Amino acid sequence: MATLKLEIVTPEAKIYSEDVDLVTLPGVEGEMGIYPMHVALLTQVTAGEVVAVKGGQGLHLAIGEGFVQITGERVAIMTDMAIRAEDIDENRADEARRRAEDRLREKLSDEEMVAVNASLINSLAQLKVKRRGRS
Amino acid sequence: MPSTRDIRRRIKSVKNTAQITKAMQMVASAKMRKAQQAALAGRPYSRLMNEVLASVTDHSGDFSHPLMEKREGTEAATGKRALVVISTDKGLCGSLNSNLLREAGRADATTTIYVTAGRKASQFVARTRRNLKAEFTYKDSPMFSEARAISKFVQEMFLKGEVDRVDVLFTNFINVMTQRPEIRSFLPLGEIKGVDSDFSGVSSARDLATPSFEYLFEPAAPDVFAALLPHYLNFQMYHMLLEAKASEHSARMVAMKSATDNAKQLIKDLTLEYNKMRQASITNQLLEIASAAMALG
Repeated sequence: MATLKLEIVTPEAKIYSEDVDLVTLPGVEGEMGIYPMHVALLTQVTAGEVVAVKGGQGLHLAIGEGFVQITGERVAIMTDMAIRAEDIDENRADEARRRAEDRLREKLSDEEMVAVNASLINSLAQLKVKRRGRS
Repeated sequence: MPSTRDIRRRIKSVKNTAQITKAMQMVASAKMRKAQQAALAGRPYSRLMNEVLASVTDHSGDFSHPLMEKREGTEAATGKRALVVISTDKGLCGSLNSNLLREAGRADATTTIYVTAGRKASQFVARTRRNLKAEFTYKDSPMFSEARAISKFVQEMFLKGEVDRVDVLFTNFINVMTQRPEIRSFLPLGEIKGVDSDFSGVSSARDLATPSFEYLFEPAAPDVFAALLPHYLNFQMYHMLLEAKASEHSARMVAMKSATDNAKQLIKDLTLEYNKMRQASITNQLLEIASAAMALG
């Protein structure tokens, strides 16, 4: 059976690179599931959850905003942040979320606003991935 | 004429200095390796970025974006220019900062608005009473988010029409012995040539284009392109921060190495002088004893 090579890269490191059977990712126009032999596609992704399925096992990752390049045998995601579900520190992410929310209530200049919003989105994505399947 | 005790004391203090500079040299070389590794870690990202850019530019035709607008020499021109100066926070890195700031001082003070990253650059702009718009900091291992903050800020300045162009002055890492201050044009975006990388070893976007694929775009190619542009700029900024960091650490390493070498040479000279003096005094004492014995005999 054909497989897909999933690559997730951030400016700081290559987070993930493996052959998988199915990838779901948060596209700007909705969730997308990518199987091997998908048509070549370039699109944006939003902060959210990426699921890589390999041999029936799903691996969950939280990613930030970015872009994805899809060809028949490869899915390459470039994003600001990517972190595996098991590496997410729930407390830290939660605290980051709270801090960002507090900051949002203060008076902020535009560029601070952008930075805080980005960190809020990233921490929310981490929390969502971490808490899924619980509660 | 210093006494033997003075010289001994001097040798001790030089030895201490040498020990400190040696330690700083080690720290700098470890950090330099880390900075270079960070640049290497960004390689897959820049390759992918170049691929995406190449295929997007192929598909979006004569697309223009506010970030690409050339205002110089037109009606809308304000005659102002922003210069982002990326310096170090600390000194003790040889001539790195003075070379960089000499370059920064060459810009026309009346039309240049400065944006600084790193404490030395802010101090320079404040000291010379130039127009400082904002100062940013970045950590020892630059984070992408720090680069994004700077890049966002200057993009907004440009989009609001406060400046006609934005240039970045940073120290380009050529090799461990050579770092050169360089001014790169940041905005408006001219031809997109991919993230330029003599450092991370990626060739231009053109070479990497894979024409065999006809991509679908979602949303349309110009939209992806418009979203990609700021991102591309952020990444360039990040890249320049990394270069500046690698330069800083290697310059510091070299400076500290020569300081250690100088101290060692000084210790050698002082020890020689000390021994000579010690021998002279022993000879003197012997002479005195011998002449006293002769006088008695």
